Amino acid sequence: MIKIENGHYETKGFALDININIPDGKFCAVLGPSGAGKSTLLSIISGFESLKQGHVIINGEPAAVSPSARPISMIFQDHNVFAHLDVWSNVALGISPNLKLNAEQKSEIETALTRVGIAHLSNRKPAEISGGERQRIAIARVLVRNKPILLLDEPFAALDPGLRLDMLGLITELQRERNLTVLMVTHQPEEAKFAAQKIIFISDGKGQELISTDEFFRSHNHAILKYLGRPT
Amino acid sequence: MNNPITKAIAPGIILGAILLGLVPLISFAIERGGFLNAGIDPAIVHVLWFTLKQAFLSTSISVVLGIFVSRALSRRQFLGRELLLSLLAVPLAMPAIVVVLAITAIYGAQGLLGGGFNLYGLNGILLAHVFFNFPLATRLIVEALNTIPQENFRLAEQLNFSGRAIFHNLEWPVLRNTLPRICGLIFLLCAASFVIVLTLGGPSATTLEVAIYQSLRQDFDVARALNLSLVQILLCLALIFAAGKMALHNSALSSFKTTTIRRDGQSAAAKAFDLLALTIALLLIGPPLIALIVSGITYLNFNLQACVTSIAIALPAALLSVSLAWALARHDNFATHVAALATLIVPPAVLATGWFLALRRFDESLLVVIISIIALNTLMALPFSVSVLAPAFAQITQMHGRLCAQLNISGWNKLRRIDLPMMRRPLAQALLMSFVLSLGDLTAVTLLGTQGLVTMPSLIHQQMGHYRGNDAGGTALLLAAFCFALTLIAQRLGKSND
Repeated sequence: MIKIENGHYETKGFALDININIPDGKFCAVLGPSGAGKSTLLSIISGFESLKQGHVIINGEPAAVSPSARPISMIFQDHNVFAHLDVWSNVALGISPNLKLNAEQKSEIETALTRVGIAHLSNRKPAEISGGERQRIAIARVLVRNKPILLLDEPFAALDPGLRLDMLGLITELQRERNLTVLMVTHQPEEAKFAAQKIIFISDGKGQELISTDEFFRSHNHAILKYLGRPT
Repeated sequence: MNNPITKAIAPGIILGAILLGLVPLISFAIERGGFLNAGIDPAIVHVLWFTLKQAFLSTSISVVLGIFVSRALSRRQFLGRELLLSLLAVPLAMPAIVVVLAITAIYGAQGLLGGGFNLYGLNGILLAHVFFNFPLATRLIVEALNTIPQENFRLAEQLNFSGRAIFHNLEWPVLRNTLPRICGLIFLLCAASFVIVLTLGGPSATTLEVAIYQSLRQDFDVARALNLSLVQILLCLALIFAAGKMALHNSALSSFKTTTIRRDGQSAAAKAFDLLALTIALLLIGPPLIALIVSGITYLNFNLQACVTSIAIALPAALLSVSLAWALARHDNFATHVAALATLIVPPAVLATGWFLALRRFDESLLVVIISIIALNTLMALPFSVSVLAPAFAQITQMHGRLCAQLNISGWNKLRRIDLPMMRRPLAQALLMSFVLSLGDLTAVTLLGTQGLVTMPSLIHQQMGHYRGNDAGGTALLLAAFCFALTLIAQRLGKSND
């Protein structure tokens, strides 16, 4: 469970109040206007940014450790792979930063690469494969890291609509298979509709309470209607 | 690797080198009396005034010309444009003593123009400084103009902007942000210029840097030298603070490309104006280079000893400089910026003399002399090495900092798996640039060298001093060609970084 109670974040000219309580094993989409603080929320949970007030509680414990020590994997919008390393090494870094792996770990990598459909590309460099395949490397790394929480910061924004849907399908499958808690920032409400069970809506400097996806799209809340471009 | 001790190693080494220079000098001056008591005499005021005057004039001419030439290069596509762009890279690669020789070969008493131009004094200093710095200004301004999006020019065309409106609304906002840093950099380089002022200046045309050298090495008046140094240090610090971060950006030394395709400036007046700017640029750079080739080509002489000595000094200096720069560039903070600019703040003449005093117990052993020269070259190349490595490090951090933090890739693993493979090209580029700078350096050899130690630049200086202009031309051409070839490789590496 991820919980932030009375959390307050502040930086130059920007403030965000957060109150969220995300149960385990849910797929949540983070929606809101540009610049509202959606990515900031993920950065706070993953430990790249700190709250001025309040704590991030993960599984009942305050998460005061470094990003690598948190039970979290994160996929960024870009730069998820190291261009000078091949696909296999990029995934292997998820297990060991010095790339010294035993047979079991090597087998885990093979399994992860097969699961995301890029086993045949394991010797290729990122520049030699497509954008979608590059994001699959990041997903394979999530699998080998085997953390219960997955944060997605618009990772498929640069992909074609069809490909985006494929990737989202893959993520939802993995979420169900592994009972992952997923938080996905997206600018596309239809992606949230497709994949998410819950929505966190951020606007006017506030991360509002978690609501179900159906409830969100039926909401008469002024800010939500304005965001969705519907008459208020 | 991010603990405070490792962060402090490189600035600590640089601080140690500076203290090793300053402490013996200050204690020597206090022993003899006179330090700070000597006060600011009128001669020092004159030297300061001349330093500021020549630096101001050199900067103004270089930057104004740079603006017009870069504007012409940004908005024109013409036959020979690539050649002109390549030509602009040449002065940046030339050792100062070779520039002096090239300028003497055309404007000097025995020069191709027949000696109608008084080269010694302010005229010559300005000419040499502009020859050096206007291409640097041009390159930096072109890079700045390249940041204007193509769409802005299309919008300007759609709205039928005049040339003046384009300058006012598109170019000037970019220049306004960039010019103070470019001016600050060039002013600092001119104020701290040594070889050019030493060879083309005179009793009434002396800068602080040369006056310090003369006080120490000719008059051995340490107190006066220290007073001059204090003025120089304050001046340089003031300039660094005023100009903010120096504009020693990678682009100044590496790639040079104009990416935005412009269609403005089609009026006859604009075309004539650009033609005039490009002609002046060509006339400024072309003739000295032609004179250097003409005077040197028939007297090419390869002095193996000088060449080996130069390489033996330049190679370790470049390796050390890049190692220090690597350590500094990883931590982008004010202390590392100041440490990188150490020899622009504390004059090399002061450091060299302090080291000389500290190490004199070794009785001028050739090894100690060579080590001191390598150390001084290391510090002098540092601003350039840092300027190549720091942006590359910043880019890696921006791209992969979070991913590395999440995957716990740090220390040796990060160095081996991420930093070294990704920094291969900037490292090679910084190494080449430092090597070229050290190879062409005359300052350290002049300040610390002994009779038996001959490098290629000091050989040229000796040959010029003995009125063997032809031999000097031959040696200079070889050195310039070597430096230019290495710079071209560095530029290609820089382009790949982009």
